[in-house]
Amino acid sequence: MPSSNNTMLKQEPIALDIQHLNVYFGEGHEKFRAVKDVSISVAAGGSYGLVGESGSGKSTVLRAVSGLVPSWDGTVAVNGEPISKKREMSYCRTIQMVFQDPYASLHPRHSIDRTLSEPLRLHKFDNIDDRVNQALVDVGLGRSFRFRYPHQLSGGQRQRVAIARALMLEPDILLLDEPTSALDVSVQAEILNLLSDIRKTRQLTYILVTHDLAVVAHMCDEIAVMSHGEIVEVMDVETMRDSKPQHEYTRELLEASEGYQPEA
Amino acid sequence: MSKALLEVEDLWVRFASKKRVVEAVRGISFSVGRERVGIVGESGSGKSMTGRSILRLIRHPGQVEAKKIHFDGQDLQALSEKEMRDVRGHKISLVMQDPKFSLNPVMKVGDQISEAYRVHTNASKTEAKERSIEMLNAVQIRNPERVYDSYPHEVSGGMGQRIMIAMMLIPEPDLLIADEPTSALDVTVQRRVLQIMDKLVQERGMGLIFISHDLNLVASFCDRVIIMYGGRIVETCRADELQNAKHPYTRGLLNALPDIHKPKDQLSVLERDPKWIEDPSVDAFL
Amino acid sequence: MSIDTTSHDQGFKGWLTSESPESRFHAQMVQLYAGWQSLVANRLAFLGFMIIVLLVLVAIFAPLLATHDPSIQNLKTTLLPPFTGGHILGTDDSGRDIWSRIIYGSRITLFIVALVAFTAPVFGLLVGTVSGYLGGWVDTVLMRITDIFLAFPRLVLALAFVSALGAGIENAILAISLTAWPPYARIARAETLTIRNSDYIAAIQLQGAGRLRIILGHIWPMCMSSLIVRVTLDMAGIILTAAGLGFLGLGAQPPSPEWGAMISSGRQFIHDHWWIATMPGLAIFIVSLGFNLLGDGLRDILDPKKAQS
Repeated sequence: MPSSNNTMLKQEPIALDIQHLNVYFGEGHEKFRAVKDVSISVAAGGSYGLVGESGSGKSTVLRAVSGLVPSWDGTVAVNGEPISKKREMSYCRTIQMVFQDPYASLHPRHSIDRTLSEPLRLHKFDNIDDRVNQALVDVGLGRSFRFRYPHQLSGGQRQRVAIARALMLEPDILLLDEPTSALDVSVQAEILNLLSDIRKTRQLTYILVTHDLAVVAHMCDEIAVMSHGEIVEVMDVETMRDSKPQHEYTRELLEASEGYQPEA
Repeated sequence: MSKALLEVEDLWVRFASKKRVVEAVRGISFSVGRERVGIVGESGSGKSMTGRSILRLIRHPGQVEAKKIHFDGQDLQALSEKEMRDVRGHKISLVMQDPKFSLNPVMKVGDQISEAYRVHTNASKTEAKERSIEMLNAVQIRNPERVYDSYPHEVSGGMGQRIMIAMMLIPEPDLLIADEPTSALDVTVQRRVLQIMDKLVQERGMGLIFISHDLNLVASFCDRVIIMYGGRIVETCRADELQNAKHPYTRGLLNALPDIHKPKDQLSVLERDPKWIEDPSVDAFL
Repeated sequence: MSIDTTSHDQGFKGWLTSESPESRFHAQMVQLYAGWQSLVANRLAFLGFMIIVLLVLVAIFAPLLATHDPSIQNLKTTLLPPFTGGHILGTDDSGRDIWSRIIYGSRITLFIVALVAFTAPVFGLLVGTVSGYLGGWVDTVLMRITDIFLAFPRLVLALAFVSALGAGIENAILAISLTAWPPYARIARAETLTIRNSDYIAAIQLQGAGRLRIILGHIWPMCMSSLIVRVTLDMAGIILTAAGLGFLGLGAQPPSPEWGAMISSGRQFIHDHWWIATMPGLAIFIVSLGFNLLGDGLRDILDPKKAQS
């Protein structure tokens, strides 16, 4: 790690350790390496940002870690234990994910109640009714939403349901895949506030993937910049705030996030 | 500043269903000169409908009604559908968000661009091809000769969007309506596309309506900004003065944005006032 | 944006249109009522629906509606034209009352429709979703079998089955079901291929749901609407196939009053006694029309894209 104030973080145990991760798509001649030799480690209770443009492989890292993409190699260790490609049921209770598009991530024909209670039933939790009600209150929706269907909700409300769903199994680590990029600015603020609150109260570890540098600066302590499947720079948030990144690509991203500059 | 290119007065867009009438745009008035005008708003604010209604691209059951839609002294409402077709593309172009639905899937990319050029200029085939490749180059497409001969499904989404922009810019329209034209693009390409549009405004005196949700981008790119909420214009100001906007909605939007350089624990949340919907629309003339 | 104040204060109707249902049952009733309302709003679909309700009622109350016993022959009253001697639609060559036969025949038609509707689509759905969701060699094997079934014209295949199994109404239904499922499997597979990559399936996978649960609980509901539409539209064809088998003497056997068999027996008198073949033909026409209208309307009502708005 390049920066010095990481010493404090290092005392925390590592929640997620990814070493030399490669992810492949396709087979034979068409085989394509979407993620190349990516290594990151996230301290327990930390918030790690993965930044990059579309096609940089940032979401693919999340999908490999969560188990949605099976074709990867390298080592991924969660709470010190390497995980295998075949995921155990208990793994679901360690890592959960929030998806980008709340219009696509909730089953259109299932009520909110079913969406939230199904994971509980799968993992044989007790007090399902209470847990579902509490989860809705926790994400700021309230019980009256319990028996509605996704099409009755706004984008922000849907994303709250998606967050509640990810929290149902009480995971330690939450993977956030562009959780606000499909939402309006004012709704984004609400969702980001909610995510910050939840992290504080539940001591969760976040890995946030986004293309928005302002969002990542607001949410994360440590940031990795990805381009074409590789990590080009890892920095802490202060470095980014002071506009002192090392890599040219990071500087370019930073400049663009400030708005438009006419041709020099 | 030069005189108005487009003048719109009291524009309404309504969608009537059996149960109720939804008013997407509610009596807005504005004008656009040979300048860059940004229209900002959240989803459902009516900003996209405004752009489409000018070109009469609102589909049934939508209805457009206005006291006046004048373009370059010409009454657009009085034009027949056939005359309107000549205005679209040639004089006023529209770049939309999603290129997938805007390119003809069974026609080569290059043919579509050169056709757009030839329809309005009577140029020869070779000349059109030359211009097209030049234009593809200008929107930073590597290997434009190869792209010229490919079909829309063979190019990526970002490239499709750039092709769309090339196609819309090649007839050199007097007014370009760009609806979130760059939100799907990588930063480098985004900057390049903005530069092209910028250049056309500066050098050729093209008018630009830039519809976006990105306040920072609009503030830095446009000359004037129109802020829409609930189908009305709540505020209009010079783009470089957007930071000093007065309307609580605009202020709320600005405050809700996270800022890289000014960390804060909690983002301020926009409290919506029902009065904003009821307040009369602000005129946004030059 | 607005605060919901409409529930409770409008009694039962308010309860049915509530924005925030209070229980699972309430939520289902609200959904059902919304579907019912859009069905009523679509006039042609509602007409189709009413025709089918009528068919069901006629089948249930056949003994009350029939004026004669459908199978008693009376050689004194053969070939009577409609509205003579108390026979509303006349009599056939054996002196049986055509009206009563059509009334009782509706039971057979309904029996065929119900059995086919509950076997072929379910089987097709199972094959299609399993094939689409699992992919790989399972997909290849299941789809090639489907292809083999699809390669034969439906009536020819049904004929082959019936002649192998023996003539009779049960075997006719079996044959129709065996020939009807492949298109449903195709539709279900195509839908599954798009559904299985969606985020809500990824989400439930991450929560540890098994394949069977995902297929039955998450993919089936998404395939249902297009399948229901297709089945309803196919019902007319199924009735016609059943009638066709009956007509060829391979379906329902005499003296059972199956509509196709009735047309078949009336065929030889068509020039002099048109009503014998025409009346059951009209019955087939009306019921088929009812299913088609309903299917067309359901396509509009159940379209998930439309339901979003």
